[in-house]
Amino acid sequence: MTTLQTVFEKARAENRSALVGYLPAGFPSKDGAVAAATAMVEAGCDVIEIGLPYSDPLMDGPTIQDAVHRSLMNGTRIGDVMRTVEGVAKSGAATLVMTYWNPVDRYGAERFARDLASAGGTGTITPDLTPEESEPWLAASKEAGIDTVFLVAPSSPDERISRVVSCCTGFVYAASLMGVTGARESVGSAAEGLVKRTRSHTSLPVCVGLGVGNGRQAAEVAAYADGVIVGSAFIRRLLDAPDEKSGLAAVRELADELARGVRH
Amino acid sequence: MTDSVHRGEHLTGAEGVLITPADLVGGGVRGDDPDLRGKFGVFGGRYVPEALIPALDEVAAEYEKAKTDLGFIREFDHLLRTYAGRPTTLTEVPRFAEQAGGARILLKREDLTHTGAHKINNVLGQALLTKRLGKTRVIAETGAGQHGVATATAAALLGLECVIYMGAVDCERQALNVARMKLLGATVVPVTNGSQTLKDAINEAFRDWVTNVDHTHYLFGTVAGPHPFPEIVRDFARIIGVEARRQVLELTGRLPDAVAAAVGGGSNAIGIFHAFLDDESVQLHGYEAGGRGAETGEHALTLTMGSIGVLHGSRTYVLQDEEGQTIESHSISAGLDYPGVGPEHAWLKDSGRAVYHGVTDAEAMEAFSLLARTEGIIPAIESSHALAGTLKLGRELGPDAVILVNLSGRGDKDMGTAMKYFNL
Ligand SMILES: Cc1ncc(COP(=O)(O)O)c(C=O)c1O
Repeated sequence: MTTLQTVFEKARAENRSALVGYLPAGFPSKDGAVAAATAMVEAGCDVIEIGLPYSDPLMDGPTIQDAVHRSLMNGTRIGDVMRTVEGVAKSGAATLVMTYWNPVDRYGAERFARDLASAGGTGTITPDLTPEESEPWLAASKEAGIDTVFLVAPSSPDERISRVVSCCTGFVYAASLMGVTGARESVGSAAEGLVKRTRSHTSLPVCVGLGVGNGRQAAEVAAYADGVIVGSAFIRRLLDAPDEKSGLAAVRELADELARGVRH
Repeated sequence: MTDSVHRGEHLTGAEGVLITPADLVGGGVRGDDPDLRGKFGVFGGRYVPEALIPALDEVAAEYEKAKTDLGFIREFDHLLRTYAGRPTTLTEVPRFAEQAGGARILLKREDLTHTGAHKINNVLGQALLTKRLGKTRVIAETGAGQHGVATATAAALLGLECVIYMGAVDCERQALNVARMKLLGATVVPVTNGSQTLKDAINEAFRDWVTNVDHTHYLFGTVAGPHPFPEIVRDFARIIGVEARRQVLELTGRLPDAVAAAVGGGSNAIGIFHAFLDDESVQLHGYEAGGRGAETGEHALTLTMGSIGVLHGSRTYVLQDEEGQTIESHSISAGLDYPGVGPEHAWLKDSGRAVYHGVTDAEAMEAFSLLARTEGIIPAIESSHALAGTLKLGRELGPDAVILVNLSGRGDKDMGTAMKYFNL
């Protein structure tokens, strides 16, 4: 299993930022997700976040909502998410699960952490779990030896940042802008300042997500962040493709462009 | 400068105020206030993107100041009296009560408020809070359209920009309310994802809020959602029970044996329950939407059939499958068609202080027409669930019982549904 620590050490040694790609499990199909994520890794993604499809994704924009809805219609279950992680981890990428809290809560925090660790997962990103409510999850993750990534936002005052990073291991996820997921014309201007503020509270790597969709933006963010996170742009390629095969090619092409961006 | 008052103190002066600081915040320290994390026992709290935490903190801090600020309370009181039409009257319904074993049934007439439902109380309070926060835009979710209409109304009154999110299915079944909101100057956004009802409208409103939070207040419509909404919405709806308790005492010389209300998110129910929480002899009964029946799976029986989980930022009872995916609810009444419920109700259920039951679509519609025919009052279908529950409760409690029912809204908005249902 590749750990986040190895990923960021390697990227630092190569004097570049890490590239993090997101896809929901079960999209475009159960096997298709593993194939697409593997193609992303082959073309240069260092870390893969596998989204756990949830019925009420209130932090996601239309692109991810659409993909998640299709995945749920395909009957994706938590067991499938674990199998997807297992398949993707084989590609050599550090593999995380990004999930809203309720599915983990319902599945059982300890059981979820254990099953994720046995599937070869390195940790989770939990966008709606606040530090105040995180105790059971931090304990379960520590026990299972997996990382816990939480988010900071441009609106976060310093005392919140300090509180959030104290719950993080692996890296800190800095939301580039105030809003939901989705590729945008430009990455938020608040991102650089947020990364700077976050660094004053932690020595963990800081990765920037929300709004990044092409090589130029990846290069721009890589200039100040330890990692660049891309989700909706990959999904858009898969949604627009006439079939899974051309979808794979399109995803590979985007990963390649982004990988050159983070090495700029 | 604003004058500040403490809990329990009363406003003085000649104006004959309706609402006092104690009425608003409950007077004295209560055991049922959420803790600093917004928890009612294990329920409530905050499960939201970190980006929203500062906004929630800001709302909570401003409300803490407002609720002891005499200026704010005077303004709220003034709007409740001169705009919303408070105090609302209490109506005894003996002909209806004949079908309920002869118990005395008293209706708290929230249907007679401006805009026709209890929602206006919370909305006026939060719209004033929006002004204090210095925000210029309000957004809201709506199911039946009553909260949307009330929000659009308050926005027009106070000069705020207003956007209402409403499930596409609800836009259809409550078309009249969509037209009202538009006429009031609001933008109505039909939500076409998920079940296209209230829960999806809430998701969409949160997405708007996180994007526009610098100038926008999310005027949440019920006692659910992340802290501090369950507490704020409850306090602004609390006047219902405060008035009703006085009115029942005045009319009957004693406390009621039971208080009944419909439960969607839970605001009208907590609004009438709250003033009675310390009156141990008073039973509290909440009625959820049983839809086509508990056994069909097509219902909104969150408290009676759901399990503990997290939905829309709060730990509470939720209709969910074994993997934590929300199960779509069903009810003939859009306002009760919600798979979550306020955390304080979850807590009242687990503590046993309140009991919750299901009422089917058919039972609610029967009570709807019964009240119209026997008393000349056309209730909202939401409120008809409480009426249907009261018919059963009255027969259980017997002819000596006094039952107070929250008639949370009027049925004008439901005439389309009624025409179809009764072939009118
Ligand atoms: C008249 C009426 N009663 C009840 C409700 C249910 O909401 P709550 O449970 O928050 O009172 C609604 C919601 O739209 C309503 O319009």
